[in-house]
Amino acid sequence: MTDAISPEATDEPKTATEPVLSVRDLHTHFRVEGGIAKAVEGVSFDLFPGEVLGIVGESGSGKSVASLSIMRLVPDPPGLIAKGEILLRGRDLLKIPYEKMRKVRGGEIGMIFQEPMTALNPVFTIGMQLTEAVRVHEKVSRAEARDRAIEAMRQVGIPDPAERLKDYPHQFSGGMRQRVMIAMALICNPSILIADEPTTALDVTIQAQILELMLAMKEKKAGSSIILITHDLAVVAETCDRVVVMYGGKIQEVGTVHQIFEEPKHPYTRGLLASLPTASTERKSRLSTIPGNVPSIMNPAPGCRFSNRCPEAIDRCSVEEPVLHQLPGERFSRCHLVEEEALGQVDKEKADV
Amino acid sequence: MSDQPLLELRNLVVSYAVWGGVFRHKVGEIRAVDDISLTLRSGETLGLVGESGCGKSTVAKTILNVVREMAPGVELGGEIRYHRERGAVNLLELRQRAMRPFRREIQMIFQDPFASLNPRQTVGQIVDAPLRIHTNQTAKERRERIRWLLERCGLQGSYIGRYPHEFSGGQRQRIGIARALAVNPKLIVADEPVSALDVSVQAQVINLMQDLQDEFGLTYLFVAHDLSVVHHIADRIAVMYLGKLVEIGEADAVYHHPKHPYSKALLSAVPQPDPNRSRAKRQLLEGEIPSPLNKPSGCVFHTRCPIAEPDCSIKVPPLEPKESGQEAACPYV
Repeated sequence: MTDAISPEATDEPKTATEPVLSVRDLHTHFRVEGGIAKAVEGVSFDLFPGEVLGIVGESGSGKSVASLSIMRLVPDPPGLIAKGEILLRGRDLLKIPYEKMRKVRGGEIGMIFQEPMTALNPVFTIGMQLTEAVRVHEKVSRAEARDRAIEAMRQVGIPDPAERLKDYPHQFSGGMRQRVMIAMALICNPSILIADEPTTALDVTIQAQILELMLAMKEKKAGSSIILITHDLAVVAETCDRVVVMYGGKIQEVGTVHQIFEEPKHPYTRGLLASLPTASTERKSRLSTIPGNVPSIMNPAPGCRFSNRCPEAIDRCSVEEPVLHQLPGERFSRCHLVEEEALGQVDKEKADV
Repeated sequence: MSDQPLLELRNLVVSYAVWGGVFRHKVGEIRAVDDISLTLRSGETLGLVGESGCGKSTVAKTILNVVREMAPGVELGGEIRYHRERGAVNLLELRQRAMRPFRREIQMIFQDPFASLNPRQTVGQIVDAPLRIHTNQTAKERRERIRWLLERCGLQGSYIGRYPHEFSGGQRQRIGIARALAVNPKLIVADEPVSALDVSVQAQVINLMQDLQDEFGLTYLFVAHDLSVVHHIADRIAVMYLGKLVEIGEADAVYHHPKHPYSKALLSAVPQPDPNRSRAKRQLLEGEIPSPLNKPSGCVFHTRCPIAEPDCSIKVPPLEPKESGQEAACPYV
């Protein structure tokens, strides 16, 4: 059994095509006082054209570091991509020279960050930052770049774009700043958009507007895809096609959004979903919880990362690390129980022989 | 829970001064809370929701009577009546010393468990502070009380000598809850107590708060922006927009049958962990929250309201009872 996700053996039409982006066995470490923090350990996933892929996890799960690794934006030192491949249409982004990587960022892959105030430069106008983005990637005149910037701002719904080009980031509200970020990320028509907690800092009515906008922009460009990194399961449920669940630097479960929410195959996913109060939860009832706290990545326990909090753990879980087990229908779960359930039948037959 | 009022806000107005110019004089004011009246009943949980800038945190600070210290030049109007057996007292009239006995009865839990605990004090010192100020207990008695509080809040009594940085966010929030609980308060004002916590830890803290309420008969003012959480924990929900109370009523009525167009839009914008819910039915609000410096006339929501009528920009709509039981500040629903 391999520890990687293979795009073969699929019957779903959407995933039958070639992935645009494949992350293979990614390991990202941080050299910190007292050792090495393994933030991402052996993460593999595919992004297919036209899909919205959610990467969901809690603090310390490695979801943001994984996305920064794709863009090679992990600060080195202390960070280090120790191992792995990031294949953009077959080309390994970890092997190309730094100058070429600059072309990929913003050109082929756009990125939106959580806090737009820190991601935009406060001493330059929005217009200067938007036109720079165009002129870095394409040979166009200043006037053309300016027209492109105005058009990009109009598309993301910023009123009076020609005037607002002259404004500085602090003159925009949080929601408008996030619109500027989206305009900047999409101005060179990238085929992949990575959005790292794009709405976490926003109010809920503005969050709804921004998520709608991101999906509408994706629809405009055929075959473009989004990787949405978030801790918010409700946002994932409403926007994503497929979901990767991370915990302790590792992928724990992969499936379509319906599979993940309707029949989760990992105790961690089940625990997360059960702990959310929803419209159908009985008011004032005790919420189901996951005991304990999110563990530190510095000293991971042996065996399954989740075993010390898992209500379903068996003896094997605290000793032996489970692999990412493939289930029928392009599903994966890193859990001994799932594996034993699937292999139980086979073992029984073998024992009989 | 009883119908006995514990705390009443009567026509509460809080105006922050805006300073500017070369000599830092007052150039304007922001009415963060604009003529709000509501009653907290003894033993209930009232959820106060709204988006950033709506004034919900200002309401919390004003109830604790710390807003004058935090914002010089602030102007307060109306009354905050705190009911005791001997009759009601208007907290806004009290200055530091006279306020002290009430601080024992009204405690607070803060949003950010990383910022609300002094990093240079041990857990024991942090939880000891209210006991030292408000009780005459000996050091030994207090120590026992602290251990008991920590254990009651799901921590180990032996943590007493440790420092906040040794704990995770959820554990720190438990320390903050133990501190609030130390002097047997009647009312706890909780300002976004779970929004900084990981999903798997949120539920633990919500359960703890519910258990403590049952055990000690606490009254909660639960300020939050997460409506699913508020609906779960609160008996009643109050919705604020730009300093105004736009709707208040039983949690189920407000959550499942919101009346005010703002509450409706707010609730439909809340994502649900259900991939089958159709996004198309969502009511997306146009535009953004107007600046509180320059609030719309009449109904503050009329600039974004899908059902606004011409006179909405003139008349300030009062809260009025609606058939599903709650009160809403809109004459057209």
